[in-house]
Amino acid sequence: MKGMTVIVKKTTQLIAGIIFLYGIYIILHGHLTPGGGFAGGVIVAGSFILLILAYGSDFLNLVKEERGSTMYENLAILVFLFLGLTGMIAGAGIFFANWLPHGTPGELVSAGFLPLYNIFVGIEVAASILTIFLALVIFKEEVLK
Amino acid sequence: MMNPLIPLFVAVPLAGAFLTIILGRFITAIPRYMALAVLLFLAFISFWSLVTGGDGSSVYTLGGWEPVEGVPIGLYLIHDGFSALLLCLISLVGLLSVTYSVSYMARYTSENYFYSLFCLMIAGMNGVVLSGDIFNIYVFLEISAISSYALVAFGVEKNELEATLKYQVLGVVASFMILFAIGFIYWSAKTLNIADIRTVFSADYDNSHYLLIQILLLTGFGLKAAIIPFHAWLPDAHSSAPSPISAMLSGVLIKAVGIYVIIRLFFNMFEVTEGMSIVITTLGALSMAVGVFLAIGQWDIKRLLAYHSISQMGYVVMSVGIGMILMARGIRSEVAALAITGGIFHMLNHAAFKGLLFLNAGAIEYSVGTRDLREMGGLAKGMPVTSATSLAASLSISGIPPFNGFFSKLIIIVAAVMGRFYFLALLAVIVSIITLASFMKFQRYAFYNVEPGKIRNDIKEVPVPMLLSMITLAVVCLLLSLLALPGLRETVLSPATDILMDQLKYSSQITGM
Repeated sequence: MKGMTVIVKKTTQLIAGIIFLYGIYIILHGHLTPGGGFAGGVIVAGSFILLILAYGSDFLNLVKEERGSTMYENLAILVFLFLGLTGMIAGAGIFFANWLPHGTPGELVSAGFLPLYNIFVGIEVAASILTIFLALVIFKEEVLK
Repeated sequence: MMNPLIPLFVAVPLAGAFLTIILGRFITAIPRYMALAVLLFLAFISFWSLVTGGDGSSVYTLGGWEPVEGVPIGLYLIHDGFSALLLCLISLVGLLSVTYSVSYMARYTSENYFYSLFCLMIAGMNGVVLSGDIFNIYVFLEISAISSYALVAFGVEKNELEATLKYQVLGVVASFMILFAIGFIYWSAKTLNIADIRTVFSADYDNSHYLLIQILLLTGFGLKAAIIPFHAWLPDAHSSAPSPISAMLSGVLIKAVGIYVIIRLFFNMFEVTEGMSIVITTLGALSMAVGVFLAIGQWDIKRLLAYHSISQMGYVVMSVGIGMILMARGIRSEVAALAITGGIFHMLNHAAFKGLLFLNAGAIEYSVGTRDLREMGGLAKGMPVTSATSLAASLSISGIPPFNGFFSKLIIIVAAVMGRFYFLALLAVIVSIITLASFMKFQRYAFYNVEPGKIRNDIKEVPVPMLLSMITLAVVCLLLSLLALPGLRETVLSPATDILMDQLKYSSQITGM
């Protein structure tokens, strides 16, 4: 797929990094402020999608990227499940038990497992939205060929 | 008592689904063995939980959030007599379908996606059956529904895509109605826990509002269960899917996400009212009668079986509805219990024989390459095992002793007569006779009808894994009839009936009051 004009490319170059960082911020502060893994993940995926749309990418690269993002998606959800299962082995012996120390409410490192859950949900959502986008683009390229 | 294995019913198939995709990329044989291992494990723990559970039920609080002053605040998974039966059903039919798929799916590409979606569908159904929270039921329902849309389209031919589109459109309408109803419930009850909703609604409820929620939920889950006015998607979707998936959809999915949820909600979440139970009975009787008349004219085997699914689910709904009417009137509670037991028993039996029939249809398609009855004939010689097992399944769906279908239909008809629903009893008998006629047609045209000049000597029996699962299901068809015996009926079926009949037991075990 082809890229866009130089104006779009330059603007994207300036903005994409900031959007990415904002997504990371939303994910990391998920247990303190509104938002969290899902919202932050969508924003992170948005920055990647913006880059692909502005700069374009050839077919083989798209396929490679799709394989990579599928892998991240599957790994993230497995880690999430594993974190839930650790609650059954350690702590109170209950699925999804929050057995890490809870810390002081309001600080960044607090609330036990919640920040970890948010991070992996963020990776999962970002990777899956990117995968859906890439799958649609690849489908369109295949139809055009 | 808390059964520590309950979350594994959802966690293990989910993990299996995603591990399949990762490992299947490096080793091609992994997906099928992974799915087999997951379902073996599930079958083991589901039967173990059924045996050790007894008639008590087990409530699992996720994350350890105990109720505060009788108000449940966390998510609950509930394993009681009724859900235990459904879990056994899901894992048994699932295990046999995966065994069957090992040979059957070898001719398709991207097997790893097939097994991954299969595990996801199992996870979704287990979640629906275990969940004690109506929004979680919705979430798991969507997991199983979306993976089944993809599985119906797995052949990616014109027919499959058309069928899956129809299925998706109606499925989304159903999900929308369910979500709408959940929104209404949350608006008025301020809670999503089924037991808690019951307590709130029984204290004071606005009658028309309550009725709207009931009708929306009945329509939504009725669409998922393919009760007659909402059945348009089922014949296409169930006949276009690969055969092991047809067996799962017809055998388990419409029960786990349709009938089970309707029964669970209308007994344990709402109070049984006479008006609603008459509606449910009428819908059941209607789909029982209309389904069989639509079925008898079909020449495509899988469409014929799919219409019979509608008709047989009609038996279940009608029988449970009779129980509800009697409960609402407050008379003859032992007859009501008999009717509900008959319905649940028929649901178990239907999973066994309809699963088997779809696997037989798949075996015929595998060997002969057609689903049209007019192009077959004399297959009994080339495919003796398929012929014998499909005879067993046909006899049991038409209600011939000593197969399981006879006993459940007998219980349903006896309950209808004892409850003085003479017309419904007569209807059930007539429908059973027409079912017998249409399966005689199936047997004759597929296996025995030998026309001169059309004899095919090149037909071979299917591979061993497929035979293994068909034979196992045929044996299960025979063994399930043992559940009609007095001793076994009390230990296996009665806990399920009790949790539905006892109006306060379900909610009191969660709120602790």
